[in-house]
Amino acid sequence: MEAEAAKLIGAGLAAIALAGAGVSIGHIFGNYLAGALRNPAAAASQFPNLLLGFALAEATGLFGLVVALIILFVF
Amino acid sequence: MAGSSEGGGLNPMHQFEISTIAEIKLGSIDASFTNASLWMVIVVASVCLLLLLSSSKLVPSRLQSVGELAYEFVANMMRDILGDSGRAFFPLVFTLFMFVLAANMWGMINIPVLLHPFTVTSHIIVTFAMAMFIFILATVVGFVKHGAGYLKLFVPSGVPAVLLPLLVVIETISYFTRPISLSVRLFANMMAGHTMLKVFAGFVVGMGVLGGWAPLALMVAFTGLEVLVAFLQAYVFAVLTCIYLNDAINMHH
Repeated sequence: MEAEAAKLIGAGLAAIALAGAGVSIGHIFGNYLAGALRNPAAAASQFPNLLLGFALAEATGLFGLVVALIILFVF
Repeated sequence: MAGSSEGGGLNPMHQFEISTIAEIKLGSIDASFTNASLWMVIVVASVCLLLLLSSSKLVPSRLQSVGELAYEFVANMMRDILGDSGRAFFPLVFTLFMFVLAANMWGMINIPVLLHPFTVTSHIIVTFAMAMFIFILATVVGFVKHGAGYLKLFVPSGVPAVLLPLLVVIETISYFTRPISLSVRLFANMMAGHTMLKVFAGFVVGMGVLGGWAPLALMVAFTGLEVLVAFLQAYVFAVLTCIYLNDAINMHH
């Protein structure tokens, strides 16, 4: 296999990490909504935690994207 | 918009290139004034200007409200996480938050020809320097405050003795990867977001006048999302700084 082709396949494989970010972001917002509907009074106070969880979950997926970009543009 | 590379195509990574504005040499070290340095100066100047212009009147002007909102926001966050013990670190956390926020937001502004956006925080060396500083500071504070007792941070309490060696290793690794995860999180979010925007900008150009409207509408939505992410990442950076400092000061383990 040519090195260029292997690079592209590797970058594509690294981007699969974003699937996990998608699952986790959906999980966080889904659970927040479920909790907020059960106890609307407490929902507003947990909004910062929701955003924190969202940002942390999204970042783990982006680590994979960084690997993909490094493969594509650095090597 | 995406800059043209030498091949004439649209290169989404062109925006991250660093170009020298004024060459400065310190011995063999290249300390040139680059566009990255210029944007850092702009970021710091804009934050200083905001806080200086918001002079303290009893009835705040609009600008003063912005300054007060930012202060209140960070102060409340610190009180929630650190309690009263972390008062001394307020200037540090406030500076970090405002710097990252202003850098992220300046990166979102794009006026063709006049102002090419350069996001300072989309370069790992900038975020890593900040993260490493926070990490070293938290470690030093921990050892000054608790002496050798700070090492107990690596030994979780209430754990069966069989599991303890494994957990100590895990805790130690997770402690030492803090500066990496803190810096890569901010850098990756900024770089990925801006690359995505430029890729879609390439679609707008590529699909022409008739088909380009669909990706253009998507671009507007993504830009809104990126503004949200720019704020969120500054917030997360500040929150995690507070959490690390809290570990050092209060040792909740």
